[in-house]
Formats: sequence, structure tokens, C-alpha cells
Amino acid sequence: MFLYRLLLRLFPASFRAAYGDEMCAVFAARRRSENAAMLWANTIPDLVINAARIQLDVLRQDLPWALRSLRRAPRFAITVVAVAALGIGAGTAAFTLLDHVLLRPLPFLDPDRVVLLYQTDLARGYARFELSPANFADWQAASTTFESSGAYGSTRINLTGEGDPMRLNMAAFTSGVFQTLGVEPFAGRVLDTADDRVDAPDVAVVGFGLASALFGDPARALGRTLNLNDRVRTVVGVMPPEFSFPSREVALWVPYRFTPAELSNRRDFRLAGIARLRPGASIDQARAEAESIATRLQREYPDDNRGLGATVVEMRAALTSPQSRVLVLAVFGAALCVILTACGNLATLLFVRVMMRKQETAVRVALGAGRERLVRLLLTESVVLAGIGGTIGVVLAVAGTPLLARLVPDALPVADLPGADLRVLAFATMLTLMTSIAFGVGPALRSYGRLDVNALRSRSATDSRTSRARAAFVVAQVCGTVTLLVCTGLLLEAMQRVESVDPGFRSERVLTLRTELPFPKYGSIEARREFYSSVLDRARALPGVVQASYTSFLPMVFGGGIFSATTAGDPGEIAVSIRFVTPDYFATLGIPLLDGRDVADRDDASAPLAAVISQSLASRLWPGQNAIGRQLDVEVVGRGWTVVGVVGDVTVRGLERSSEPQMYFPFQQQQDLNFYAPKDLAIRTSGDPLTLIPVVREIIRETDPQQVISDVRLLDDVVAAQTGSRRAQLSVLGIFASVAFLLAAVGVHGLLSYAVSTRTKEVGVRLALGARRQDVLRMFLGQALKLGIAGAAVAVPLAYAAGRAMEPILFGVGPGNLVIYAAAVALALAMAIVGSLVPAARAARVQPAVTVRNE
Amino acid sequence: MDASSLLPLPPVTFHILLALAEEDRHGYAIIQDVESRTGGELRLEAGTLYRSIHRMLEQGLIEETRSRPTPELDDERRRYYRITKFGVEVARAEARRLAQLVRLARKSGFAPGNA
Repeated sequence: MFLYRLLLRLFPASFRAAYGDEMCAVFAARRRSENAAMLWANTIPDLVINAARIQLDVLRQDLPWALRSLRRAPRFAITVVAVAALGIGAGTAAFTLLDHVLLRPLPFLDPDRVVLLYQTDLARGYARFELSPANFADWQAASTTFESSGAYGSTRINLTGEGDPMRLNMAAFTSGVFQTLGVEPFAGRVLDTADDRVDAPDVAVVGFGLASALFGDPARALGRTLNLNDRVRTVVGVMPPEFSFPSREVALWVPYRFTPAELSNRRDFRLAGIARLRPGASIDQARAEAESIATRLQREYPDDNRGLGATVVEMRAALTSPQSRVLVLAVFGAALCVILTACGNLATLLFVRVMMRKQETAVRVALGAGRERLVRLLLTESVVLAGIGGTIGVVLAVAGTPLLARLVPDALPVADLPGADLRVLAFATMLTLMTSIAFGVGPALRSYGRLDVNALRSRSATDSRTSRARAAFVVAQVCGTVTLLVCTGLLLEAMQRVESVDPGFRSERVLTLRTELPFPKYGSIEARREFYSSVLDRARALPGVVQASYTSFLPMVFGGGIFSATTAGDPGEIAVSIRFVTPDYFATLGIPLLDGRDVADRDDASAPLAAVISQSLASRLWPGQNAIGRQLDVEVVGRGWTVVGVVGDVTVRGLERSSEPQMYFPFQQQQDLNFYAPKDLAIRTSGDPLTLIPVVREIIRETDPQQVISDVRLLDDVVAAQTGSRRAQLSVLGIFASVAFLLAAVGVHGLLSYAVSTRTKEVGVRLALGARRQDVLRMFLGQALKLGIAGAAVAVPLAYAAGRAMEPILFGVGPGNLVIYAAAVALALAMAIVGSLVPAARAARVQPAVTVRNE
Repeated sequence: MDASSLLPLPPVTFHILLALAEEDRHGYAIIQDVESRTGGELRLEAGTLYRSIHRMLEQGLIEETRSRPTPELDDERRRYYRITKFGVEVARAEARRLAQLVRLARKSGFAPGNA
């Protein structure tokens, strides 16, 4: 019975009053004659559904009333809608990002059971890197914790024969990769074990995007042939549009095949490994097993596998760096600040409105309106306003997704743009409802607590408890604003710090592009030399060209190419970053030549092996001595390289990471390692490099009309791309900070306006008693200032904590930067004063005679 | 209000009108009457019933009655309802509408009996 009465509270009070007793009587009578379980099974849905229907009916009745009263207060309505829109927009946008990067399951079968495999070399500071084919094969054979596993790698290739030659990202998979991922193809089939065999036909699985681009209807790709780097492959399958492994740029997949020779290569670390845990196996077990297998291999192959460990990492954790996780959480935290600020604003706005309508409410009470009815009307208004604001907010969030998309880590194999979908909309709706209920009903319930007409009619000073609450809201808003400003400032400084890192070369006025020479066409050094000479000689002859040369990879575009270097007299190995270059590379990039000479044309296959090393390598191996003439062996690359020159270091791995020392070899002394054949052309000009693009394209076309040109860009842009994501972060956080700032200003303004309007009598009395107008002004400005200071005081430790939490993405900027704090606090105080100027001025203009008379 | 503007009547409304056709009843009695009348097929729950009653009162199809049955049979908690003249009119209009539908169904072969 008690439960029934409790459920009856779902109905509106008026309905309950009219029919509640009867419904209880019916229920009691029923209970006497029926089975309890069946009865409840029928009763609960009946009550819930009908209560909902009746509430909706009442809402529909109240809606015209609510709209009418809102239309009579347009400024209030617009302000509430704007504030709600900003708060909900920020929250929805941040949640979209959070969900996309951290929460949403990866689009594979049972993604929590999928792991990535890595080698480790902790002694040399490598926590994760690729596997070699031999290590992978041994480990695959020995492992018991996986139900499937595979290896993959990606590269770029040329697609010819379908219109203009295209440069595509391609991934090579062993069949185990598709099996592990468990994604069904859109059409045709995925690669299977038969495709792993070296003698099997050349096939390819294409992505949905590529199939559509080439053939219109993706299904028509099946059976077609594609010419990829002069090798013809038959399309056997098409993947669905959302499949984007290992990255979003990969357009097609081919089998990864290993000849017995390749399979025994234990030192070529180029495979990425993926596996699915067997049911019942845990990732810790898998990791322990990987480590023990690695230890065993260290014993069996003491030279090749010295110091090599192995580890297993969950896929999502592997693909989202701690930095990107911190970033996403930072964005979410910023959004929370904005939401809290918005909520504080809404609370004040709605409360003020309730107070302002006391007269009107008193009339309604006199005409017989019940308390619940009044609360319900207010709630309807709030729901309408929050609904409109929420809709606008969602639109804002969706409009902002392109900016948000730049914060999604590249490595995460999810769709490009986080979309606004059901989960996000549900979150936004929940936020909207909570906002409207909390801030619509809260003030109403409090103020309608006592429906005493007289109490309602008087305009006496408000309850001190509520005015303290309102002041607290404003303090909270200021606090949120200051915190956000500090965090934005820290990120700004971090970005400036990154930008001030010296890359080691001079990037201005250098044009770059890539011509990846296909093999076997350019398999011989002769062929490559002819190509480079043709292009470089003609390029150098162009007016405005200062210097031109080729390199394996420009700095900052490729972090690999790490091999071990050893020298006589030093037992240790040093990991170096290798590049093959044409002469004048250092002059082209503005890398200072510190000692010795550059590589030259005479450093060809018949000459002694010559190498140019970077300063850090020289200092490591031969501190304080002359490095010229010393000998180095580099694994795989060659033995017996003589140092002929020393150059400055460059930041090969980018501005934010530390790079290995570099070694440069003449391109004519390259043996194998086709992947490192010089492909990046750099041209230093005295004028605007962009104007040279058509001419340079023509030069390359004349040299080889079939050669694909890609990645045409300025070296300045390569460097700028290093801070591209930081700039996106800064934009997002900057926007949030601005919104919070605006909302807090509105909040201060609102509070002060209300304070002034309720204290006009007091002000009038003061002025009549001899106070000066500027005293009144100072009184209110002082109130605003106090709120600002209180907010700032609470914000400082909060901002410090936030700064500490953001340390992974701050590039060494400490959270305790006084200048930033001072600037943020000063801004907040300025905002408090500016926000209160208008109301304070209004107070100062009060005519004492008028106000005292009105009392 | 025009009777035809309320057509077609929701089934629950029609059954309540039928239950009140012969005598005034209170809520539980309506439920029992409808149940027995439909041979146990339609069992009204309290929520559905009173929501309909609420609406029917607003529409003027029924009214609360002041007169009570004899004191021994009366229960003070209960409110009795009586069908109004308007309610009778609407019930008749609905019955006519339903009969017309059945005639059409017969003509198309969907209902037993002759057209």
C-alpha cells in the first residue's frame, strides 16, 4: 500500500488530490482478490505510463502560458538561451571528443582482447619499437596466450594506369591480421593463409574510399587489376568504410610475404605485431610470456638479440599516447568549467526572475493557484528555454567538430570526424534537462516555500542565505574563468617554447617535394644518379635558386632509419639516424658544416666509404678530439665508414622529442636498403619558393614523365606542422576560456544589477544622509572586486593542480608561472570591475528624494 | 460541443459510457462491470480508468453525482459518476459509427453475416 502511494506521487498533485483515494481503494480491493505478483505486474506499467501521459497533457496546457510569459521578458529569455547554449555546446563538444578518443569501442570484433606487440630495448631507452621478421616468427610459434596473431607494415606506393598516377598509403598484412581484427569485408574476401605464400598470386584488398574513387560502385572493384609500383594485383575484397587500420590514411592492403631469407632476418625491425588474446588469457599473462620468449631468444641469439625484450600493450592504450589522453581530459575539464560557469549564471538569472515576479505571483496566489502549479509553470518555462538553448548548443558543437577533429590522435583507427550521434545527443539532452530542472525548480521551490501573499508582495531585502548563495555562484564563475585562463596561458607558453626550439637547420624559403623512385626501375645506383643529376642540375640553373639536393627523408617527416653504429676502441653501440644524401644537402638546408667536408661526387662505389656525422655523435665517441678520419661500422648499412665531415645536429624526430645522432652517407655508396634511397628534394631559393613549383614539376616530368610527385610543401610548413596540433589545442581551450570569461562577466553584471535594484532605498538614504556619489560607486565596485578576489583566490590552487595534471603536454613549462597567474587574476579583476560598472553607475545616479518617497 | 467532434471514441471511453448507461457507478464498479461485460477480455487498470474519467469529465461526457445509494451500500471514499445527456448522445453516435463500419466490413467479406 505504501509503495502504491509512493508511485502515485508520479501523478500531478491535482490529479492525486482528486482521484488518489479512489485509486487506492481500487488497488486495495484488487489485492484482496488477486495474486500479488500479477497485480504488481499490471499495476506498475499502468501507473507509470498514465502518469507520464497526464504530465505530458499538463505540459501541453502549460506551454502556451510559458511561451507567453517568456515573450513578455525577451531579454531574460534570450540571455538564458544564450547561456544555456554556450554551456551545453561546450559540454557536448568536449564529450564528443572524449567519447571518440577514450570511450567508444574501437571498430573491431571484441576490441578489448586485441593487443599490439613491441620489442623493447630498455638499456638504450627504447620502450617500444618494431619487430624483426625472425623474432616475430619465433614468437608466434612459441606463444600460447594468443588465439591469432599477425604482422603488418605500411608504406607508400604509386598507383598507375587509373587516370593520373596516385600516391597511396598501403599496408601489408599477414593473414593473421585480418583474422585478429575480425572485420567482415564489404564485398569479396579478406586475405587468408593461402595469400601468405610467396608463390601465391598478387592480390589486394582495397578500402571503401579508394574503391569508390576508382570504380564508382565499390563492389565493382572485385576482380579488377591495379598497377601498384609496376606490379599488377587483382582486387579480391573491399573493406567497409569505417575500417581504417592501421591508420586513417591507408587505402589498400596487400599480403605481407616473407621469403625464407627475409624470415631469418633478425635485425631488420620493421614489423608491427598484433594479436588477439585467447579466451581466458589475460594481458598480464601475455606480457609475461612475451618477456620470457624474448629472454630465451636473447640466449639463443646473443649477438642479434642482445638487450631485446618484448612487451604487449592493449590496442587503445598503444594508439593513444599519454599526451593525447591528457589533452582530451584537459578539454573535458575546460568544458566542465564552462558548464559550471553557465549553470551559475542560469541559477542567478532564474532566481532573479522569480524575485522580480513576486507581484505577479502574489496575484496568482490570490486567485487560487496552488504551489505546485506555480512551480510547474516555472519548470515549463525552464524546460522550454533549456530546450532551445540545448538545441542551439548541439548545433554549435557539431559546427565545431572540424576543429575538434584536429585533436584526435592520428594513430587512432577511428573515423575522421567525431560525429554527433545518439550517445552524444543523449548526453546533451541529459545535460539540458538537469540544467533546466536544477535551476528552474530550485529557486522556485525555495521562494514559494511559504505562499504568504503578504510576504510575496513586500520588496524587502532578500533572504541573506540566498544572497550568499548567489555570491558564491559568482565567485565560482570567476574561479572557473581564472583557472581556464591560467591553463590556456600555460599551453600558450608551452607552444612558444616548442616553437623556439632550434631545429638545427634554416627552413625559410626552401621548397620541398617527394619523388619516391620505384624499384626495380631505379634499382641501380647509376639510374638513380642520372635522375638526381638531371633534376638537380636543371633546378640549380633556375633563376632564384641558391642550392638544391636530395635526401632520403627530410628532417621531421620520418623518425625511423635507426641503426647501431660501433667504432673500434668503444665497446658500446650507439643508435644513429641514417640518411643518404646528394652533395650540398647541408648547404641547402642550412645545416652548419663544423669540420671537414661535405659528401662529394667523387664519393662513389669505387672510392673509400665516406660519412658525415653530426656533432653529438662526434662528442659522444671522441670527446675533445678530432673526429675526421675515424672509422665507424653501421649495422646493415656497411662497415668501415671514414668520417670526412662533422655537421650540426638537427631535430630529426621533431621539435618535442630528443633525436638520435645523425649520420649522412653519399647516395652513391648505398648498398641495398632501397627504402632509404633519396626521395626528398629540397630547393633553397632567394625569392618566393612557391613560384618555382610549376617549373620544378616540369623539370621532373622531363626527366621521367612517369614519376609521381607528392608532398609538395615549404620546409617552413614542415616545421609549422610540428606545432599544428598544439595550435588546435590552444584554439579549443582559448574558445572555452573566452566563453567562460564572457559568462562570468554576465554573472557579475547580473548579480550587481540585482543588488543595486534591491538596495535603492538604502542608497537613497545614504545619499540623503550626506554620502557622496563616488562613495556609492566605490561601495558597489568594491563588492564586485571582493567577489573577484575571492574567486581568484580559490582559483589559484585549482589552476596549479590543473597545471600539474597537464604536465605531459606542457613541454616542460612548470605550473607555477607567476606571470601567467598574475595576468589571469588581473584579467578576472578587470572583468569584475567592468561588469559592475553599469549597475554601480546606476546606483550612484539614484535620487534620494525619489527612493525615500517610494517607500 | 458537437458529438461528432469526439469521434472516433477511444475504446476505454466507450466502455466506460456503456458501464454507466444503466446506473451510476463508482470507479471500481466500472472496472468490474467492464470486465464482466467483455468476458474478462478488457481489464481496466486504475491509472487508465481515472485518466479517462478525468478527461471525460472535462469533455462533459460524464459528471459526478451527488445522490448516493442507500447508506448500507455506500462507501464514503468513493465518488459516483453518471453519464450526461451529452454522453448518451456521443455513445449513440459512436455506436452508429461502429455499426456502419461492420456493414462495410460485411460487404467486403471480412465479417460474418450478411450485408
